[in-house]
Amino acid sequence: MKTETAPRRPQVYDSLKRGPVAVEELRGLIKYRDLIYQLVRRDLVSRYKRSALGIVWTMLNPLGMMVVLSVVFSQLFRTVEGYPAYVLSGLLAWNFFSQTTSAAMTQMVWGSTLLHRIYLPRTTFVVSAIGTGLVNLVLALVPLLLVVIVIGLPLRWTLTFLPVPILLLTAFSLGVGLLFSAWAIYFPDVAEMYQLLLVAWLYMTPVIYPAETIPEAYRYWFFHLNPMYYMVEIFRKPIFSGVLPSFAQLGAAASIAFITLALGWIVFSSRADEFTYRV
Amino acid sequence: MNSRIASELRLPSSALISADAMIRLEDVAVRYRAPEERLGTFKEYAIRRLQRRVRYADFFALDGINLEVRRGEIFGIIGRNGAGKSTLLKVVSRVLVPRRGRLYLGGEVSPLLELGAGFHPELTGRENVMLNGTLLGRTRRELEARMDSIVDFAELGNFIEAPLRTYSSGMAARLGFAVATAWQPDILLVDEVLAVGDEAFQHKCQVRMQTFRDAGTTALIVTHDMVTAAALCARAAWLERGKICSIGPTARVIEDYRAA
Repeated sequence: MKTETAPRRPQVYDSLKRGPVAVEELRGLIKYRDLIYQLVRRDLVSRYKRSALGIVWTMLNPLGMMVVLSVVFSQLFRTVEGYPAYVLSGLLAWNFFSQTTSAAMTQMVWGSTLLHRIYLPRTTFVVSAIGTGLVNLVLALVPLLLVVIVIGLPLRWTLTFLPVPILLLTAFSLGVGLLFSAWAIYFPDVAEMYQLLLVAWLYMTPVIYPAETIPEAYRYWFFHLNPMYYMVEIFRKPIFSGVLPSFAQLGAAASIAFITLALGWIVFSSRADEFTYRV
Repeated sequence: MNSRIASELRLPSSALISADAMIRLEDVAVRYRAPEERLGTFKEYAIRRLQRRVRYADFFALDGINLEVRRGEIFGIIGRNGAGKSTLLKVVSRVLVPRRGRLYLGGEVSPLLELGAGFHPELTGRENVMLNGTLLGRTRRELEARMDSIVDFAELGNFIEAPLRTYSSGMAARLGFAVATAWQPDILLVDEVLAVGDEAFQHKCQVRMQTFRDAGTTALIVTHDMVTAAALCARAAWLERGKICSIGPTARVIEDYRAA
């Protein structure tokens, strides 16, 4: 056995000098960043290892959904030119949100058995669930761009703006994921109730239908109280409309995203020490 | 030192901690608060809550624990089932945050309790080393540098590239032990006697533990077995219903325990 170790300072811990848990979690995540990488890798590899098409599935899945929805709805929403690109861009943003927040809860429930056995930053599992979703989203952009080209929409420079909506979407999903998983860890039925909520939420957000479908009188309240309206809009506009989101939209989206993230982080951290007390 | 002197350890919280202390607990209490009836779902909980019928029962798993383990010491914890021994290890490994009291650790804790935590059947042995190792707080670089010696120690050879589901339980346990002990820990936590693999491998494990001991690793060992405790530990504590009944030289603590 090798005994020569890179000299490292002893990691002293003192519960009296702990400071806020929210900060401790952040430091912990930085220390355990390689674990996040390994968990994301495990999710991706174990999902694709035994299927012949492997990672291609991530790209085919939203494409399949798009084809189905286009066949079903393109007659209904004839006013939308390039409906496949409209629905696919909305769907990618929506799927990212719904899948990462659901996965955050499942991962948290799985991870809580580990938290009972070894010390880890408690936010690890939610963050890694978001990380996996992020990789899937980036992969799914490839078929999206193909669809844009095939149906003859121009590829515009506004596409380079996409990292900004993706960042805001990530922050928002992380916040929601933290809020719900701090709750789901105690009650398994929270994850099921959330699935129901997601269905209702999807139909209240202009993902499949154009926003104009809702009568003008209601539109303002209907959408402006819905955080996902902004998230979907700012993601879709640079792809589908070839324009940047308005400053107001972007500002609203950024405020919602970061307030939700801060709230989720603080609420989750304030409960984190209790997780292992659940018998 | 015994429990009568323990109150002297209840120092003001600003007290300096001697450079020699590796584990120190001051007036540590762990209280579980569980609903009297099991409320499995949020629906049940919400209904009961509205009816104002959620009653809680308090239970102290640990109460007023004062303990100091010095650098290089092998310290034993003895006691019956349910006395709070495992809870104590959970506090020291920072899995449970005590409701009251102070925990001080003079170095990194390596829990030899959960070998192979997070192992995934679809991943190869090598991938599982990376996953399990990062769960234990190692970095990717550290693990890659030690990979060969880990595989050697676990005696896995080419199997390291095969998915873990093809492993025997002994092979998986050996890999878990090899990862957990690939580094000389500052503080080692051991629950019960280690029994991993066949006799030859157990011997290898003992040699490795001996190396750690000689190199000055501090260890906290929980055991039912008085022979083990007497053989390994110079000092020990007897835990009963979450309290320390006796603390001091192992032989005397065992005597107290047997007399009770």
